[in-house]
Amino acid sequence: MANILIVAEHDGTSLNTSTAKCVTCAAQINGATITVAVLADDASSVAAEAAAIDGVQKVLAISHPTNASPLASAQAPQVASLADGYTHVFGPSTTFGKDLMPRVAALLGVNQVSDIMKVNGSHAFERPIYAGNAIVSVDAPADAVVVATVRTASFKAASAGGNAEVAETSTDAEIPNHTRYVSLQSGQSDRPDLQTAGKVVSGGRALASSENFDIIYTLADKMGAAVGASRAAVDAGYVPNEMQVGQTGKIIAPELYIAIGISGAIQHLTGIKDAGTIVAINKDEEAPIFEVADIGLVGDLFNVVPELTEALDS
Amino acid sequence: MSLRALPVFFWAQSLRRQTVEKILVGLKRVVDYNVRVRVKNDGSGVETDGVKMSINPFDEIALEEALRIKERGEASEVIVLSIGTADSQQQLRTGLAMGADRAILVTTDEPLDPLSRARVFQEIINRESPDLVLLGKQAIDEDNNQTGQMLAAIWGRPQATFASEVAFEGNTAKVTREVDSGLETIEIDLPAVVTADLRLNEPRYVKLPDIMKAKKKPLDEIALGELGIERPPVINESSFAPPAVRQKGIMVEDVPGLLAALKDKGLL
Ligand SMILES: Cc1cc2nc3c(=O)[nH]c(=O)nc-3n(C[C@H](O)[C@H](O)[C@H](O)COP(=O)(O)OP(=O)(O)OC[C@H]3O[C@@H](n4cnc5c(N)ncnc54)[C@H](O)[C@@H]3O)c2cc1C
Ligand SMILES: Nc1ncnc2c1ncn2[C@@H]1O[C@H](COP(=O)(O)O)[C@@H](O)[C@H]1O
Repeated sequence: MANILIVAEHDGTSLNTSTAKCVTCAAQINGATITVAVLADDASSVAAEAAAIDGVQKVLAISHPTNASPLASAQAPQVASLADGYTHVFGPSTTFGKDLMPRVAALLGVNQVSDIMKVNGSHAFERPIYAGNAIVSVDAPADAVVVATVRTASFKAASAGGNAEVAETSTDAEIPNHTRYVSLQSGQSDRPDLQTAGKVVSGGRALASSENFDIIYTLADKMGAAVGASRAAVDAGYVPNEMQVGQTGKIIAPELYIAIGISGAIQHLTGIKDAGTIVAINKDEEAPIFEVADIGLVGDLFNVVPELTEALDS
Repeated sequence: MSLRALPVFFWAQSLRRQTVEKILVGLKRVVDYNVRVRVKNDGSGVETDGVKMSINPFDEIALEEALRIKERGEASEVIVLSIGTADSQQQLRTGLAMGADRAILVTTDEPLDPLSRARVFQEIINRESPDLVLLGKQAIDEDNNQTGQMLAAIWGRPQATFASEVAFEGNTAKVTREVDSGLETIEIDLPAVVTADLRLNEPRYVKLPDIMKAKKKPLDEIALGELGIERPPVINESSFAPPAVRQKGIMVEDVPGLLAALKDKGLL
């Protein structure tokens, strides 16, 4: 019997879809009972959302003022104290989960299975290493709690339709005050979210300036797509860091990914391995991106992109 | 103390409060990031024979940050630590050539799990009492992304992962973190663990004279067994496989061709 606790990711008001992806992963373990823990300032609305995920049996709502911001040092002791009685504790492999879960694992005295991409049994999983150049099958020890992060691009979000019980819960965990939240700076945008969008248009170093990136935004808006970028475009300051796709950026799995002026470095490709269809637009026919693209077009992006945008108009 | 000496005394005190004194940096020896690694035919592991090895890129960034902190006068000593076989001396020597003051190699022939590594760091912290531990956010071989967070947990100290900016104010540090939703800033009390992301800085190149000088810097070796760390249950790696490869698709001539191909796939 697997009794699985999933730590919910949210922004204080709504649940991140990474949580429903963790539920899908957990549900692949035979006979799993799934509980979602929501740690928030006021957990009620997010807990209600979690309770509606299909496959969730129970939701723990832990409301505490220190949970207003997701500080790992404050949340890890709470999660570790909730973990008692569970066989597995899962979190998403997003920056939230990557920050928190190893701290939980260490408090529980176990190693973590990072980035589960496939479930082969209650303690048997597959995970990528070497930037996805190898897949390793791992067996977690059977006599210890399994703490893991779930590679969100490998699992579809569990659908709504559940009606789980919500239990207001508190922990007696000691919460340190040596770490304080100051601020979050995020490029507010009405565009679809990069991590969940069905379509993504990305630009690379070839855009050469943030002004030129406008042609990427215009095309994306026409398609209802999210906008991404290569590390080179982020490093050059054309776009903010949260738009980076790849090994050290976001790992995404849209139905359609359009890479424009991106060479296709291995670290970039790591982020789009699970995309449905990859389209590449690049003026260099030798660019490695064409080796993985489903549809390739050799051409100058400054001609191709406006033409494509215009063609979509009609 | 004479009255005239007082201002100097307070000035020295305020300087002292600015200082983090010792910084401990983790350097892991990994397959160079430019190498395209291959899984061995029998699935027993990844081919590492004769492959170029380097300092984990995130650790190089962590070290660069430590050196810049020291060069700003905010720290007095930078110690690099590696856990691994005697081969890791190479990476520690490179770290010394970059500017670290001394190196510690904890020798072990068997690969260690992240929690054991965190416990090794804890043991060295007990001996050295650093005010700051700078690690990479992840080692690019196993892509675990665990050691820093685990160390902070068992040390009972703050963690600032995925750092893109670090600034000190007395006994605290403000760290900007690269998170999925943007740039988060947190304030942490020292001592603490900070893990470096790619945009924290650009590491310097090592110059030949520095390589020569580094040969004289101390490199202490400690056998893992001497540290007496408790070993947790380990996650067993049973087999390795290459990833599913994406096949090369079609090439189209122009924009109308692209539109047609997209329509074909039901994507427009
Ligand atoms: C540890 C590590 C982690 C990394 N993580 C990431 C990551 O997460 N994400 C990431 O993206 N990278 C990452 N990188 C960097 C990666 O190695 C590449 O440097 C980067 O992806 C290159 O970005 P690019 O394709 O935009 O630029 P380039 O490689 O410079 O490619 C630009 C492309 O644009 C084409 N081009 C130029 N002009 C035009 C034009 N007018 N029209 C059409 N095409 C044109 C060129 O032919 C070229 O192919 C990482 C590197 C390291 C070492
Ligand atoms: N064997 C090691 N020796 C020195 N530092 C290490 C070692 N393993 C991990 N680290 C540090 O911990 C960071 C995170 O590693 P990991 O948790 O394995 O992804 C690395 O970037 C290093 O700074």
